[in-house]
Amino acid sequence: MDLQVPASEASFRDQVRAFLADHLSDELREAGRLCTSVFAQVEQAMAWQRILHQQGWAAPHWPKEFGGTGWSVNQRAIFAEELVRAEAPPLIPMGLQMCGPCLIGFGSEAQQAEYLPRILSGEDFWCQGYSEPGAGSDLASLKTFAQSDGDDYILNGTKIWTTYAHHANRMFCLVRTRKDGKPQQGITFLLLDMNTPGITVEPIIGLDEVPEQCQVFFDNVRVAKANRVGEENQGWTVAKYLLTFERGGQDYAPGLRVQLERLKQIASRQQRATGTLREDSLWQYRLARCESDVLALDFTEKRIKSALSAGKNPGALSSMTKILGTELQQAISELAVDTLGAQALLWQPQALEPGSAVAPLGPEYALTVMPAYLNARACSIYGGSNEVQRGIIAKAVLGL
Amino acid sequence: MDFLLNDEQQMLADSARRFIQDLHASSTTACFNGEASLWRQFAELGWLALPFSEDDGGLGGGLADTMVLLEELGRGRLAQPYVPTVVLGGGLLRRAAPALREQYLPALMAGELQLAVALDEHERAFDPRNTTLAARVEGDQLVLTGGKVCVVNGDRADLLLVVARSAGQPGDTEGLHVVVVDASAPGITRQPHRLVDGQQGAQVYFDQVRVAASAQVGAPGAAWPLLDTVLMEGLLAVGALALGGLTVLLDDTVEYSKTRRQFGVPIGSFQVLQHRMANMYMALEQTRSLLLAATLKTAAGDADARHAVHALKAQLGRGGRLIAQEAIQLHGGMGMTDELPIGHYFKQITAIDQWLGGADFHLQALGAIA
Repeated sequence: MDLQVPASEASFRDQVRAFLADHLSDELREAGRLCTSVFAQVEQAMAWQRILHQQGWAAPHWPKEFGGTGWSVNQRAIFAEELVRAEAPPLIPMGLQMCGPCLIGFGSEAQQAEYLPRILSGEDFWCQGYSEPGAGSDLASLKTFAQSDGDDYILNGTKIWTTYAHHANRMFCLVRTRKDGKPQQGITFLLLDMNTPGITVEPIIGLDEVPEQCQVFFDNVRVAKANRVGEENQGWTVAKYLLTFERGGQDYAPGLRVQLERLKQIASRQQRATGTLREDSLWQYRLARCESDVLALDFTEKRIKSALSAGKNPGALSSMTKILGTELQQAISELAVDTLGAQALLWQPQALEPGSAVAPLGPEYALTVMPAYLNARACSIYGGSNEVQRGIIAKAVLGL
Repeated sequence: MDFLLNDEQQMLADSARRFIQDLHASSTTACFNGEASLWRQFAELGWLALPFSEDDGGLGGGLADTMVLLEELGRGRLAQPYVPTVVLGGGLLRRAAPALREQYLPALMAGELQLAVALDEHERAFDPRNTTLAARVEGDQLVLTGGKVCVVNGDRADLLLVVARSAGQPGDTEGLHVVVVDASAPGITRQPHRLVDGQQGAQVYFDQVRVAASAQVGAPGAAWPLLDTVLMEGLLAVGALALGGLTVLLDDTVEYSKTRRQFGVPIGSFQVLQHRMANMYMALEQTRSLLLAATLKTAAGDADARHAVHALKAQLGRGGRLIAQEAIQLHGGMGMTDELPIGHYFKQITAIDQWLGGADFHLQALGAIA
């Protein structure tokens, strides 16, 4: 047991830093800093993706033959950590993190050849059609129906909480192709062109007044069966594979650590009658609870990577880091609101647009705290609610 | 980065677990706390020599090796004085001048010498710098006067390592001494007592106890850095002990919930209990991660090792307590009896939580340096 970092990894970190210093512009850094969601502004996120793609670094976790980097587990973690530290806007995950790995795992050669390069380059913008108004945590009860019609399916139904559907030109989705038997056994995984007649997208305004989510309606939408991933009625297998990526494909600790560092700087600017909030013992106590949990999570994630590097499947541990990471995210965003008090109530979303002409009324940090707090309420809901994840731990780890 | 046990560590863990299993199989004693023969077996197994350098006649084991053994001892319901004698007392002595090392370490490793570190005092909130016990310098002697409470293993210790002050105010790091005192020296009164978890201890009073000034560990009046280093190792050690016990608390609770039936089904089928056990599991894994972080960072001399040690000890009071309290709750009335091992582990984590500073102390310390 030791913490030694091989020289190759240390020099790799230098290489990444040098690249970021050269290629991550001030404008992109501003977009990263002002981002109050896991989903960055589309324009800047895609601009950043194109830069990374030119370097061949847009999808480090993909196998090399599909355009990945061939990096080790640890190199990928270093890369992700440096991106967070440099305040790069996060890449939009639906194509790179979700659809791509699914196609690599289950897609036909034709599908891989057609879609994977366009995911990397950003030519295609994907959204994820999973949840429905009546199928949230109980995803398998989804009802959007794909009626077989020769070489096509005809879709009717609706999807909801479809992030950025109003920006997307493609959707991967789960549809029902059989109504009898176990609900999981009648589900099929389909790829759609969002410009197909019969698809309507209605943005939903969130608590932070941002139209991040959408509802999508299908009215007799015709889709060629060639756009099916995997076999008919076998979509649940693909979906579960993807959810593991959605939950466990990322490390939470590096981002949380950056947030804590930022929060300490904010606290040191808040004057009390004597000294600053940063020096206040109650504030320090609350900080310490977060610091302690982030450090623990950091090593939990390192243990998972160590298992992955050794070729082991960490399985349900991704459920654990999803719960811990998102609940810590919420705790830190809560501490940030408490740190600013009434200053956090200032609501000026126009000033949050990167490159906006609207000047913030006060320090920039005060603008992001409240939208980030509101947005963070979602993270224990999406990607399989934390209650669902606890159920997975009980079943898969504890054998209950 | 490598988190796997090496072959020697795996062998140590396996042999310790087997030894302890055999011990329980051959006896109905719920908790082994006083057997002198057991301590001699520890010596024969080499466990008492583990952290000492080969120059001192020890095995030259690293911090991680000690933690591997302690986790097994923590699982094993053995309230043996490994932490006071080997980790804390031994940790101080192995950093002492050669004369003291030669005088005491061979006997310690042979199981013939037990130690206790006298730290806490009456009506003083925990902080080793808060020491008031007086050390008056008289020529080449120190004269100790004052009292110490809850000296773990203080009743049986042959030697006491007493934290005392010759100068400065309570709270100061300056003026501190660690004095090596024969427990039978004139002027010492010991009031033995049990601790809640089955360990033994004593209140110890010093009335003009005279000690040679050479019998000190660390620089006279400036012993804080060395004491601090050893206390950090002590915190890791109790973390490892705790982790062993917490692992059993979760395992036993999950097992019980699969067999205990109410309303015609195993209680483990109820979602409300499943989620609580999932929380226990996460608390346990986070504790394991912090023990790993703190041990490896301390061993590597990382600048932020202290952060991890404080975080670990705080986690024992937060996550550890959660696991232990939930274990009793989920066992229902049976959890309140003295019949099940979980009662022992509950008391073990309760004692560890308050030993060497509670969660609040360590969170404050972490908050101040974070």
